Amino acid sequence: MAQAATEAGVHPSALRQVWERWSGILVPILAVFSALVVGAFIIGITGADWQAAYIGLWEGAFGSPRAIADTVVRSTPFIICGLAVALAFKAGLFNIGAEGQLYAGAVAAVVIGTTLQMPAIFHIPATLIAGALGGAAWAAIAGFLKARTGAHEVINTIMLNYIALRMTDWLIRSKTPYILGDPADTTGARSRLIAETARLPGFQVGSSTILHLGIPLAIVLVFVIAWLLYRTTLGFEMRTAGTNPNAARYAGISVPRTIVLAMAFAGGLAGVAGAIEVSGVRGSLSADFFSGLGFDAIAVALLARANPVGIIFSGLLWGGLLTGARLMQVRASLSIDVIKIVQALIIMFVAADQIVRFIYRLPKRKPGEETQLSKGWGG
Amino acid sequence: MTQNGSDRPVVLEARGITKRFPGVVANDNVSLKLHKGEVLALLGENGAGKSTLMNILYGLYHQDEGEIFVKGEPIRISNPHESIARGIGMVHQHFQLVPVMTVTENIILGNEVTNGPFLNRKQAAERIRAISEQYGLPVDPNALVADLDVGAQQRVEIIKALYRNADILILDEPTAVLTPQEADDLVRVMRTLTMQGTSIIFITHKLREVLEVADRIIVLRSGKVVGETTPDQATEASLAAMMVGREVILKVEKQPARPGAPVLEVRGLQVRDDRRLLAVKGVDLEVRAGEILGIAGVQGNGQTELVAALTGLRPSEAGIVRIAGVDVSNATPRQISELGVAHIPEDRQRDGLVTSYPLTDNSVLELYYLPPFARGIVRDEQAINEHCTRLVTEFDVRTPSIHVPASSLSGGNQQKLIVAREFTRPLKLLIASQPTRGIDVGSIEFIHNQIVKKRDEGVAVLLVSAELDEILSLADRIAVMYHGQIVATVKNGELSREELGLLMAGAKIDRAVPVEA
Repeated sequence: MAQAATEAGVHPSALRQVWERWSGILVPILAVFSALVVGAFIIGITGADWQAAYIGLWEGAFGSPRAIADTVVRSTPFIICGLAVALAFKAGLFNIGAEGQLYAGAVAAVVIGTTLQMPAIFHIPATLIAGALGGAAWAAIAGFLKARTGAHEVINTIMLNYIALRMTDWLIRSKTPYILGDPADTTGARSRLIAETARLPGFQVGSSTILHLGIPLAIVLVFVIAWLLYRTTLGFEMRTAGTNPNAARYAGISVPRTIVLAMAFAGGLAGVAGAIEVSGVRGSLSADFFSGLGFDAIAVALLARANPVGIIFSGLLWGGLLTGARLMQVRASLSIDVIKIVQALIIMFVAADQIVRFIYRLPKRKPGEETQLSKGWGG
Repeated sequence: MTQNGSDRPVVLEARGITKRFPGVVANDNVSLKLHKGEVLALLGENGAGKSTLMNILYGLYHQDEGEIFVKGEPIRISNPHESIARGIGMVHQHFQLVPVMTVTENIILGNEVTNGPFLNRKQAAERIRAISEQYGLPVDPNALVADLDVGAQQRVEIIKALYRNADILILDEPTAVLTPQEADDLVRVMRTLTMQGTSIIFITHKLREVLEVADRIIVLRSGKVVGETTPDQATEASLAAMMVGREVILKVEKQPARPGAPVLEVRGLQVRDDRRLLAVKGVDLEVRAGEILGIAGVQGNGQTELVAALTGLRPSEAGIVRIAGVDVSNATPRQISELGVAHIPEDRQRDGLVTSYPLTDNSVLELYYLPPFARGIVRDEQAINEHCTRLVTEFDVRTPSIHVPASSLSGGNQQKLIVAREFTRPLKLLIASQPTRGIDVGSIEFIHNQIVKKRDEGVAVLLVSAELDEILSLADRIAVMYHGQIVATVKNGELSREELGLLMAGAKIDRAVPVEA
């Protein structure tokens, strides 16, 4: 089919282009819808009331100002880490390492937040920049290994995740001597609290939710990354190296350098997300802090098809599902893990978008339009 | 060139075949008849609908309208198995062979002769030998396909079809990969086949071959049959005009070269290929300003690696490359490009374009970081759009918009975009590798004229082409490359087409070959 289409020299009509533009948005939306429908059946099978469950899910996520505030706070790290994965996708890299980069950034933020003393106007930026540098350095290791030796970034970032997690755990739990751990904390599970001057300002909604400065920062980052990718020469180099490394070499672009840079940028983003969680939400770090956030970020990026602006929405969806799950559990006496099933279904429908296109009779995608995810394995 | 076959029975007939793809009609009411024992040439430019038509006859696609008759019987072919059962065999342009298997194994694949649960290789090999002798297709049934040269692999493909009792053969661009001598052998094989009753549809865009071998010629343009003729009524010029729809000047008009100072100097260059084997084994070359040096050779004799090394895309093992006096041995592609070197890559979709990018991004693929296309790291879309618009207009790139992806252009227009991009930079040296491969006659004519124009402006041109005709019509001097070495360097005209063909095939020619540095 493809051969004939090129042989015949197809010129996509204007209408077709409009349609193709919209199908990019339509497929994720239909994937979410399909996942909810299948999820309803699964809830029904367990004997619970799916309507009550979904109403609870909605109200828990978006039903009140407080719920919305919770969702937004919860979504912020998904948005930034989703960007970290999407940026790497665009450069042809599959960054499974957002989790490790989160920890690397958070540790760096804790160090700066607990050791330095300076006015907030310097301390906050210093903490966030430390997070970015920590995450960037961590991710650059995988980028360097790929550029130098061809070692696949998927393997390396996964391994670096374990190292980061275990190292964070040790840094916090070590008692002889205390490194990041807090002698005042009897459980030994968290780090010392960062200085008040390092904490992000925000305003309180309800009893415990703080809408912190990290939220607008996440939105700014989305547009900065979109600008970087599509309006700068550096972004052009990253996208070209990611789309067609041969043409990139032909064009004089140093592909190894671009790989390291793209990984460092991606890691920097995840590191900032880690720093924001420390300085905006908890004020400290513990080893179970992110528990898979970096992996969910892959789903967030995938659902948005690595489109930076789309990530705002997929990040909000992800945060919303997790936030609303609690009320869903109460209303329908369901296990909170049902929401994980729905999330898994969403990923499945997005990844296997041919199923969605088949169910809803959408036109088949053209070759070359594959979801970016599968590209990472090309090596 | 036997007699017109119209008095013989019709073995294959297509009536009113129409096939639409989204946005295009690939075949528009196409009808043709193939008589027993004739060679029917199907001529047309890339994109004219030849391959679509053949894929319909072979059962890979199904037509939207129209009927197909095999030996007078209306049939509906929905997959290749059925077409094989009806006696239709196809030899694809890209061979469908498994390199690690023997000739016999490849031929019986999917049609195994078994002895209980075991393969009966011996019996199969005997039949292959018989076919091979009957039709003059020499091939060793026990050889590994990977060890065979391209011509022999093609013979295996033909035997594969005959083994399945095909009496209608579709040959899709069969000479594209052959040396002139191998092509002559193929013509002989086609004659033997037709004499023994096989009917052949021969798809090509090479006019000379059509006139040599066809009994009848059908010309397709934009999915329609625009003419039917016979070799004695047609000339290359008339066929080209029919293909393109206007008069085409096949001869490149050019003045004698006025060579200046050397621009490219290569001494003892050695380059390894992807398998780490030495592919370029000590090449010396010199290209002067204002001349075209053509490198003739069958594909895979080190030309690809030579060009990659000259453009910085592949490290060299030994030797010196100087461009405009600067030593660029193992310089980066960007350093070389900034010296004023343009490169038309042999594989435009792999190296020359990012096909998913719009024309605009592709038009500044190498210059994107320089003013006026960027200020600091910020791209200037306005400047890029203006540049692209200028290229598209000046080089007649046919496109609905500069914002559509490059993949939506035809091959010829993609190539014109690359040529436009490369030719509008300040140039000292142009390295053009297979610059007209797989594109239409109109675009070939245009690109040839542009290359000569650059030469006349004083640019040194290194032209690498597997098409000997292209070398002969463009080059001022010709270097023949065989097995990684330059085996002869001559002025264009000193050796005949046949003598060059022999050198390309690694043979020695009777008289002394003048080798100049």
